Amino acid sequence: MAGQIDRHGVQRLLQENAQLVDVLSAKDYEAEHIPRAINIPLKTLGQDVARRLDGERQVIVYCHDYQ
Amino acid sequence: MSARAASRLETLGFRHVHRYQPGRADWFAAGLPREGREAHTPRAADIAQRDVPTCRIDETVGGVRERIQAAGAHVCVVVDDQRVVLGLIDAEGLGSERNGPAERVMDPSPITFRPNLPAGTLPEYIKTPQSRALVTTSDGVLIGLLRLDDAKAHGAGAASSRPRGA
Repeated sequence: MAGQIDRHGVQRLLQENAQLVDVLSAKDYEAEHIPRAINIPLKTLGQDVARRLDGERQVIVYCHDYQ
Repeated sequence: MSARAASRLETLGFRHVHRYQPGRADWFAAGLPREGREAHTPRAADIAQRDVPTCRIDETVGGVRERIQAAGAHVCVVVDDQRVVLGLIDAEGLGSERNGPAERVMDPSPITFRPNLPAGTLPEYIKTPQSRALVTTSDGVLIGLLRLDDAKAHGAGAASSRPRGA
C-alpha cells in the first residue's frame, strides 16, 4: 500500500528526482498546480497513460485535499 | 482521489508510490509556489505587509510600545521563536501600563487568512469593525499583516475587470 507523506516529504522526494502527478481534471490542473507536477486525470489513468511515468523512480500522487 | 490513483498505479506495477494526502490545498496554504493560469492572481500573501513589528509574549508592554513607535506602526504581532502567531497587539489598546507582559494586552485570537486566498475575496470575509487581519501559513507561521483598505482595493479592482452581466 502506498505510503502517505506530508509536504516536507514531497519536497524531499522532489529533490531526489521523484515524479509528481496531479490526478485532478485538466481544467483544475491548468488553473493551478504544484510546480513540476504532470497531469494524469484519474479517469484516464490506465496502462497506456502510465507509460509516461518511469517505473524505477518514486511517484507522488496528489489531488485537491483529503478526498 | 489520490488513494484510488495510488492503488491503480500499484496494480499497474509501480513499486515506489506515495500519496500526498493533504493535497495541493495544503501546499498552497503553506505559501509554497504554484503554477498555472490562475497562479498570478493576487493572493492574501501578495498584498500582506511583511515588515510588521513582532515581539515575544514575555516582553513588557513598555518595550512593545517603544517597538511599535520606532517602526511607525499601529500594531505588533506576538510570535514565538518559530514565528508562530500567539496574538496581536493594537497600539491603541496599550494604555499607560509599562511593566506588565505583552500577553496581558494582546488579542489571543486575531483574524487570520491563509496565504493562497484570492485577494479580491477578502472584503467578503472582513466584516468586523477591525480593519486588520493576519496572514499565516497552515502551521500558524506569520507571513504578514492585512489591512482592510488594501483588501478592498483588490476587491474593487477585481470587480471592475469582470465582464458585463457577470
